[in-house]
Amino acid sequence: MGTRNYRRKTSHSEHGPGDGGRTGSWRVERPVLDQNLCIPCKRNKEACFICWLFCPEIVISRTIPPRFDLEYCKGCGICAEECPTKAITMADEAKFSEDEKDKE
Amino acid sequence: MHIIEDGNSAAALGVKLCRANVIAAYPITPQTPLTERLSEYVESGEMKAEYIPVESEHSALAVCIAASSAGARVFTATSANGLLYMHEQVQWASGARLPIVMCVVNRAVGAPWNVWNDQQDSISQRDTGWIQIYCADHQQIIDTVIKAYWLAEKVSIPIMVCYDGYILSHTYMPFDLPDQEKVDAFLPPFQPEYALNPDEPANLNTVTLPDVRLDVQGELAHGYMEIRYLLQEELRTTLKTAAEAEKRFAGIFGRGGDPYIEPYRCDDADYVAVGLGSITYQLRVCVDALRKESIKVGVMGIRYYRPFPDEAIANALKGKKGVIVFEKAISYGYEGALMSDLKSALYEHLAGTGSLPPVQNFIAGIGGREIRTDDLTQALRAAIKSRVSKEPTWIGLKL
Repeated sequence: MGTRNYRRKTSHSEHGPGDGGRTGSWRVERPVLDQNLCIPCKRNKEACFICWLFCPEIVISRTIPPRFDLEYCKGCGICAEECPTKAITMADEAKFSEDEKDKE
Repeated sequence: MHIIEDGNSAAALGVKLCRANVIAAYPITPQTPLTERLSEYVESGEMKAEYIPVESEHSALAVCIAASSAGARVFTATSANGLLYMHEQVQWASGARLPIVMCVVNRAVGAPWNVWNDQQDSISQRDTGWIQIYCADHQQIIDTVIKAYWLAEKVSIPIMVCYDGYILSHTYMPFDLPDQEKVDAFLPPFQPEYALNPDEPANLNTVTLPDVRLDVQGELAHGYMEIRYLLQEELRTTLKTAAEAEKRFAGIFGRGGDPYIEPYRCDDADYVAVGLGSITYQLRVCVDALRKESIKVGVMGIRYYRPFPDEAIANALKGKKGVIVFEKAISYGYEGALMSDLKSALYEHLAGTGSLPPVQNFIAGIGGREIRTDDLTQALRAAIKSRVSKEPTWIGLKL
């Protein structure tokens, strides 16, 4: 099946998850959260969320704990860079097993 | 109503009659009076449009791209180096399938600096995915602008309406100014398939991957190659839509003819001169003179250069004893671009039929060098007598 009957003649992206494809596959490093250092986790209150604010892909949730949508996280590391308590670190994607990847 | 005006005014009046909503242009000789007229119409309230003065041609077309994406009917115009400066946006406009109409008032390109007429500017934009139409007089300029909006909006492909600088842009000629009601009947308001809308946000023409992809609704969306193929495919079928535009226009305004070519004394001709724009009307004088010497020659103007009406051209030239292509531009390092395209069309449709005419190429009027009618007649006479040269021959060269 091709795109012959697609409703547009141009590149036209609408708002919604994954319009650029499963960009999580681009990732070479993934963010890992240490809940012992994360401010909202430690205080059990809605606070900080600097990771959520800075994420350019809107893949971090504003929840306790903040969650990463690994289907679309490109692994840019901005969250880790911005986290004031260094609760987020970037881990080599290759260290995660294929099983774990499939669960994403 | 018949009026006497210059070619730039004919274009401006056409844009006004088409009720363009947004005009963005940067003045450049010899296009300047066209944009001046439009700014006066907007300033005086004669035209209800937004006139956006910009700091460059690149920005002029960028404004048109944005406004067209928002659903406006837009217009810009340029010449020579201004057109070259907007080249990146020229490619963008066709890839984005926006029905922009732009007048190109043909002028030589630098270096060296030159403000006079040839057609190197628009010919060098041949491969940008725009429709290119060439005009030979003022009536064609105003009519073509009106037809261009209808056609561009029908096929979602931008159009360059090209006419010779000075020779047409600055000379005065009588022409019929179409009635507003008739233009309104011919050209309905622009209804885009999608227009930028904050309630329905979209990212237009963002990075498109080499392969197809699923969009947010789970439908298989085009990759870059599909989008580009559709532009090519629909440019080719635009030839049919152009004929529809011509017929529709003739039905309302009572004038028009063959949409692709404009033959003069070609039916019984053994030899046919071919060209783009005003030179083809000058060649009519040569044809008349040679006819008096019993040389059976005609001249054929090509109106659509892109999409190239290869079949119509080949049919018109089938079985001729010779075709002589006159051009005001050259594909440097080879020959006139029209020459190559025309030979390709003849080869495709006539090779092996025994009716493939030999073709010769003359280059004239580069950088506004005076094209003397006698020189054109001599060139035609020489080419009819025997093959002048394997290489294109430059007329009026003083080397």
